Amino acid sequence: MKRTNFILLALVLLLLILPLILPIPSGLKAPFSGTDNQSQAAIIAAHPDYQPWFEPLWKPPSSEIEGLLFALQAALGSGLLGYYLGLRRGQSQARRQARDRIDAGD
Amino acid sequence: MHIAEGFLPPVHAIAWTAIALPFVVVSAYRVNRLMREQPQVKLLLAASGAYAFILSALKLPSVTGSCSHATGTGLGAILFGPSVMALLGTIVLLFQALLLAHGGLTTLGANVFSMAIAGPWIAYAVFHGTRRLHAPLAVSVFLAATLGDWGTYLVTAGQLALAFPDPVSGIAGAVLKFASVFALTQVPLAIIEGLLTVIIVNLLHQNSREELDLLAFAPENSR
Repeated sequence: MKRTNFILLALVLLLLILPLILPIPSGLKAPFSGTDNQSQAAIIAAHPDYQPWFEPLWKPPSSEIEGLLFALQAALGSGLLGYYLGLRRGQSQARRQARDRIDAGD
Repeated sequence: MHIAEGFLPPVHAIAWTAIALPFVVVSAYRVNRLMREQPQVKLLLAASGAYAFILSALKLPSVTGSCSHATGTGLGAILFGPSVMALLGTIVLLFQALLLAHGGLTTLGANVFSMAIAGPWIAYAVFHGTRRLHAPLAVSVFLAATLGDWGTYLVTAGQLALAFPDPVSGIAGAVLKFASVFALTQVPLAIIEGLLTVIIVNLLHQNSREELDLLAFAPENSR
């Protein structure tokens, strides 16, 4: 199981690294821009008269702050997921040890 | 897949909000009941929400030279059922709309529909459909998470096309146009989500047997 997971993780890394080392598809104005922005650009291109009728209540004042908040989001998620997985792993190891001790007639 | 703030005409924004709202209300009720009746799975539910939190924060590069993010909603959908994910996905989307100016309040309904309703339901249907065809657990999990993620983006393309039909080729042409932005880019990213979800399910399988049994997830005799 451990080996399977390492292989899967290696595949994930491969899929992430490949786009960065492969030649960037030709005809791109901005490499690795977000699809959210691209779809917005497509709307404006086809409907130049469309006016967004609502603005975000608050915007991160700089890309640094935006990066901070994205990192915070990922960190909060990872912390909680890691806590859960670690807790359960510890518990199941403790159970296994207790069982082994009983089996050994301790 | 976030439709930006103000980028859906008011009628569409209201319609998607009206469609999404009952799902979120039912979801809140379901989550509440789950916490009361099976408090043992609370932490796993939080961990599933955390998984969606992580994946939707990471914008990943794709072979098309664009960046996009996974959704992470497939895991919770196959563990707890799709209706539970509507609330968790809404929390993720609210966080991003309020603090990151990604997505928005006026487009929250549409974004909730694609990421927190359509995606989880697709994942759930694919999971149980393939399990019924006796697919191995890992294959079902992979397909469910991958197609749930990919489907989310196709739904977004459809939502944008309905709101912004192409002046020449109409809604069908606009679906193709928006799908061309999202669909290809999302393929490797959806596969990444599928693989990561298999890893998590493997780990749960090893160490969280009790919770999986409580949830009647992949019972022993069918694994």
